Amino acid sequence: MRPRLLLAGFLGLLLIAPRVVSEFHVTLLNYIGLYAIVALGLVLLTGVGGLTSFGQAAFVGLGAYTTAYLSTAQNLPGWCVALGGSPWIGLLAGIVVTTLVAFVLGLLTLRLSGHYLPLGTIAWGISLYFLFGNLEFLGGHTGMSGIPALSLLGFELRESRSFYYVIWAVVLVAVWLTQNLLDSREGRAIRALKGGVVMAEAMGVDTARSKVAVFLIAALFASVSGWLYAHLQRFVNPTPFGLHIGIEYLFMAVVGGSAHVWGALVGAGVITILKQWLQDWLPRLLGASGNFEMIVFGVMMIFVLQRARDGLWPILTRFVPRRAAKRELPHGALLPKKAAPEFGEVLLEAKNVFKRFGGLVANNNMSLTVRAGEVMALIGPNGAGKSTMFNCVSGVDSATEGEVLFRGEVVSALNSREIARLGMSRTFQHVRLLPTMTVLENVAIGGHLRGSKGVLPAMLHLERGEEASLLAEAARQIVRVGLRDSMFELAGSLALGQQRTLEIARALCADPCLLLLDEPAAGLRYLEKEALAELLRKLRGEGMGILLVEHDMDFVMGLADRVVVMEFGEKIAEGLPEEVQCDPAVVEAYLGGVD
Amino acid sequence: MDLQIALLLGQDGITNGAIYALLSLALVLVFTVTRVIFIPQGEFVAFGALTLASFQAGKTPGTLWLLIGAGVAVALVDITLALRSGVFRRIPGIVGWNLAYPALASAIVFLLKPSEFPLLAQIVLALALVVPLGPMLYRLAFQPLAEASVLVLLIVAVAVHLALVGLGLLFFGAEGSRTPAFSDASFDLGLVNVNGQTLWVVGASLLLIVVLGVFFERTIYGKALRATAMNRTGARLMGISTVMAGKLSFLLAALIGAFSGILIAPITTIYYDTGFLIGLKGFVGAIVGGLASYPIAAAGAILVGLLEAFSSFWASAFKEVIVFTLIIPVLVWRSLTTRHVEEDE
Repeated sequence: MRPRLLLAGFLGLLLIAPRVVSEFHVTLLNYIGLYAIVALGLVLLTGVGGLTSFGQAAFVGLGAYTTAYLSTAQNLPGWCVALGGSPWIGLLAGIVVTTLVAFVLGLLTLRLSGHYLPLGTIAWGISLYFLFGNLEFLGGHTGMSGIPALSLLGFELRESRSFYYVIWAVVLVAVWLTQNLLDSREGRAIRALKGGVVMAEAMGVDTARSKVAVFLIAALFASVSGWLYAHLQRFVNPTPFGLHIGIEYLFMAVVGGSAHVWGALVGAGVITILKQWLQDWLPRLLGASGNFEMIVFGVMMIFVLQRARDGLWPILTRFVPRRAAKRELPHGALLPKKAAPEFGEVLLEAKNVFKRFGGLVANNNMSLTVRAGEVMALIGPNGAGKSTMFNCVSGVDSATEGEVLFRGEVVSALNSREIARLGMSRTFQHVRLLPTMTVLENVAIGGHLRGSKGVLPAMLHLERGEEASLLAEAARQIVRVGLRDSMFELAGSLALGQQRTLEIARALCADPCLLLLDEPAAGLRYLEKEALAELLRKLRGEGMGILLVEHDMDFVMGLADRVVVMEFGEKIAEGLPEEVQCDPAVVEAYLGGVD
Repeated sequence: MDLQIALLLGQDGITNGAIYALLSLALVLVFTVTRVIFIPQGEFVAFGALTLASFQAGKTPGTLWLLIGAGVAVALVDITLALRSGVFRRIPGIVGWNLAYPALASAIVFLLKPSEFPLLAQIVLALALVVPLGPMLYRLAFQPLAEASVLVLLIVAVAVHLALVGLGLLFFGAEGSRTPAFSDASFDLGLVNVNGQTLWVVGASLLLIVVLGVFFERTIYGKALRATAMNRTGARLMGISTVMAGKLSFLLAALIGAFSGILIAPITTIYYDTGFLIGLKGFVGAIVGGLASYPIAAAGAILVGLLEAFSSFWASAFKEVIVFTLIIPVLVWRSLTTRHVEEDE
């Protein structure tokens, strides 16, 4: 209950603030609100999505300049005269312009890997800033004045006290939208961007699309903030849209706690108030005028990153009892299932697959088949090339030569996302899950392709029916693999064996007809192995095809219908478990030959 | 445009390009050794130039206070650590480098009159004040985060840049400075007049590049840096201190930065915040080389200089827009050609 009370208290304070504090403080609160909207976008983009941007101020500028131009220009070109004059048209136009610009920039820069992306944002941040300052029709470096005030239901919002409510209403709506988004199917895909791209792609998430989506949302938040700014100040010039302000926005997000929605508000508040205070005091203290608050911000930022990398919000919430997480089993309508293949149908056929890494041949002329309703085991000593083979089959990597067919269709050229859509689902040898999400949420990522509602319905929470079904399906799979007790724990807190089991539940959540398991029994205790074998037998009985890479011989021999043995990238034996066990080549590979 | 203007612009472009090339080398060096994208590189350019200008104007450069302050901070941190771990034999070294050295520098600045020194001595003194800031900065800002991700290090680098620009404003004020040319000679080559400073810049850049080449190829410290760049863990197992490598790379970067500033101060007016854009243009060059290849980075930097010179002729207002927009296709090309192993979070 307590957090709810705190929220209510916060909203109450927001409501009465302009009636009790001075004009100066209302202005300060207005700015905090404006900055918080931009920082919120950065929380989504950087904190959650892992995409660092120093260029958000440029998007604020786009929003501000679009509305400034449209609402003040006297001689608009003929085709857009009808657009002139109204701030609301300016808002719409700003959204359109920002979407277009952000889309193009996003297409270009989001392809950049790792640290190239933030460097790219610095580059276009500077470019757009100089563009604002050098375009004649935007008033050059002097800027544009005479922007009309906003009017709402016949009231002109000329005073900062009345504008305050508009700004903070937008802030709260933005918080609501962001929280809704994070708590949805698309939100899970976005949260997987930071450190889980390979996994998410293998579960069918189009991560490139998710990246563009968060980039657009962050840019649009910034643009709306710019629109508000233009009509609050009623004057714009390039200064507040430069790279240094873009850096400041990022600082707000990081200082507040870049992975937390409310962190954006805390960060915007702390930095804005501190800046105001420092701008008052530092010039007096140092006996010179200038933006000396940069020095303090820089040092503070270094300190935060060295000592409290998660920002202030997690520190603040330590003093508040957390709301107990929902623990009831989710309920929802059953999701449709794909038609299961015939028993014994050939699901997977790899023909003469080669995989070379430079001079190293990791897979040399490998062939294997898996049928519906059988467990095929791929075994071999360490470094035999089993996982490479797995990656080639599942589209995580592509074979250098050879052909892979899945249900009669050539899939060698497809990526892992497209293969997942066809009904192949896999686990990873080195567990790939999102440690800060719950087991339930992690498993629900597996069901990504079974939902279809996009980002917009998610932000407005219009997809609750589908979401309930997805979570219910995830819960069913969790119960099925025996992790019911940990359903609401954070995935990172599980033991390794349980994390492997979680990966199986996640793969099952995708409703596959072929399951690829990379060392599922490693790290499991005896009883857990028994339970896993039992589960796999049951799945086999239901007609599922299972390709298994495993080291544990007892586990494999008791379970597999057929076995393929690899050594040095080549197949050295294939057959029934008993045959393979007696094969001299296999014995030599495992135990060494007699010289 | 006739041939003469083209040659003039070319000369301009190559002069600036030579500076960008030097900076791009420093950026590649720092990145490969420490994984830090060294945004504050440009501040060393400004500090070098403005410190020299202060000497010539008979003022005490603010960088002296920064050297003293940073020295005290490093000494405090390191002595606390040394006391806590009981390694007392480190203390004289710490005191010597971080307290005695700045004290000696202040003695020279205050007791002798640097404004009456010959130019060469002024340059050496300016370098002596600015260059040690590099390793001190590494110690304070980056060493505690040496194992953090590239992105965290980048944000720290941006923060350091911000703090240094603010300090630059505090120390040197908002006015720009120029220093006298190293030589007033100029050579008439028929169509175009090559002035002496251009030759100085290009010659000194080439010389520095050669010296760096020898350093990396022939000396044990150079090899240690290369080893660290290739494989941190491996280098550490071979007994190379990654802390030493980090400090050394920052020392070299600070030296290259400050020296570049001193080279161009006679050609362009340097303000406290000029360094940032200069450094970023060095960056474009470095990125062309994928932050890994020295010769390609240098070639890219020369290209940036030429592009800048010619675009200032055709569309001078959009000079910066053109140069920085150019990074984006280059970045796209780089990240398409380098196969990235994902999940470096």
